[in-house]
Amino acid sequence: MAERCAVIGVGQTHHKAKREDVSIAGLVREAAKMALADADLTWSDIDAVVIGKAPDMFEGNMMPEIYLAPALGAVGKPMFRVHTAGSVGGSTAIVAAHLISSGIHKRVLTVAYEKQSDSDAMWALSVPQPFAAPLLAGAGGYFAPHIRAYMRRSGAPDHIGRMVAVKDRKNAMRNPYAHLHLADIDMKMVEESMMLWDPLRYLEACPSSDGAAAMVLAAEDAVSGHYPPAWVHGMAMRSEPTMFAGRDQINPQAGRDCSADVYAQAGVTDPRAQFDCAEVYVPFSWYEPMWLENLGFCGQGDGWKLTEAGATAFDGDIPWNASGGVLSSNPIGASGMLRFLEVAMQVRGQAGEHQVDGAKLALGQAYGGGSQFFSMWVVGSAKP
Amino acid sequence: MADGTTDQGPVTMLATPISLDFEFTPGVAQSKFLRGLERGEFLGQRCGTCGQVYVPSRGTCPTDGVATTEDVVLGNSGTVTTYCVVNVPFAGQAIEIPYICAQILLDGANLSFMGLLQEIPTDQIRMGMRVEAVWVDEAELIPSLASVKYFRPNGEPDADYDTYKEYL
Repeated sequence: MAERCAVIGVGQTHHKAKREDVSIAGLVREAAKMALADADLTWSDIDAVVIGKAPDMFEGNMMPEIYLAPALGAVGKPMFRVHTAGSVGGSTAIVAAHLISSGIHKRVLTVAYEKQSDSDAMWALSVPQPFAAPLLAGAGGYFAPHIRAYMRRSGAPDHIGRMVAVKDRKNAMRNPYAHLHLADIDMKMVEESMMLWDPLRYLEACPSSDGAAAMVLAAEDAVSGHYPPAWVHGMAMRSEPTMFAGRDQINPQAGRDCSADVYAQAGVTDPRAQFDCAEVYVPFSWYEPMWLENLGFCGQGDGWKLTEAGATAFDGDIPWNASGGVLSSNPIGASGMLRFLEVAMQVRGQAGEHQVDGAKLALGQAYGGGSQFFSMWVVGSAKP
Repeated sequence: MADGTTDQGPVTMLATPISLDFEFTPGVAQSKFLRGLERGEFLGQRCGTCGQVYVPSRGTCPTDGVATTEDVVLGNSGTVTTYCVVNVPFAGQAIEIPYICAQILLDGANLSFMGLLQEIPTDQIRMGMRVEAVWVDEAELIPSLASVKYFRPNGEPDADYDTYKEYL
């Protein structure tokens, strides 16, 4: 990275099942205005806007960036749209950060959203393909077999998934923006929830949310705002084909390569010891232990042991998803950016009740599609 | 508003179904696969570089980036590498729930694909189960996966985990 890049403003909506009071334009503008206020800037200070969301077919608005330009103060400015399925919120932030690190712009607004109440994601992810068997049943139907395969490969006991489901919902109680606030959540409640995609139960899956996330990124000589900046120490994207012989769907190579790249940029050799916290895309409970292994926080087959020991809990040695994570709020397109935004909040010391004490270096990760898109960044309170 | 609509509050959301008709051209490799289904057989293709067998083939090897030209007729049986039981209803669903959605590795192939498993209670399915394709009557065979009604257990002992663990 030629120029240093910092997060100087963050904003997010209160994520809900239905935001009937706003249109999509109102939703993204709400998050963007918060980010500008946090950065102590106005619309006219922004050089360019980078926006991302999950596939257009969800809400049925094709190329929504064109319709959203006025709401985001982007008329007459460069505007860039990013598409990488569920990882898009992370990829969008990285594309925006590249506009700073390359020296092209000084201040870039980046926004991601989903309005699931305007959409039918379950249907959009299950459209029958020509000449194919009509078997797909949403994202859960795609990922559940791979979760079963992980359980078999690692020998993980059944209760690990339920532990993650409880932990992330308890964390969400500390986050006023989270969609789900399940005060009474416990192992029994998860176990008694409906089996949707055996082995995945209802409460082991993410909700459908309306929501948006926004960040203002700035070059070193354009830093402003009410909190100290979060400096980008490394960022990377990787992808791989969804189908090739020998593909490891449980521990995808693209994820391993992406983390190796971002760790090398940030000088991280022992992620569990060096990071103070992480926000990782866990839409189904079992993806916590799976990504613990994929991201190198432990050896192969040991991810579930970290979860079981409480290492990833809010009071553990490496809190994962202190915000409540995707399991507590899932405005799909924004979910990846929320991971990137939440770690920025942590190292800026602005995470409120879910602040991890003394967080100085943190990892944000997002994945998407059939586990074939990955985006990650490392942010820190110190300059890289 | 009149006629009892006044007590229902303002309209905040409206579902407007739309449809799109399109013609799909499967291309050379997939056409071969579909013609195979029309004959009641699974046709795959082997990569000349890595030797892996793809079914259905897309005409190229995703790993080596070369055209796959050697056709391979695969067995009618395979192994369930992993699976889930779908018990969630959604708009446009074509199969009665609960149903078993299995990743099936056909004998002779190096890539599993998703198949419907029937003729077994949903709580008796296992990883490693040996299964076979059940086809529609010969007169009804068409160039589509609709020619395969479903898969069912073929009665063979379960495959050893080591034989399919690389395909998860």
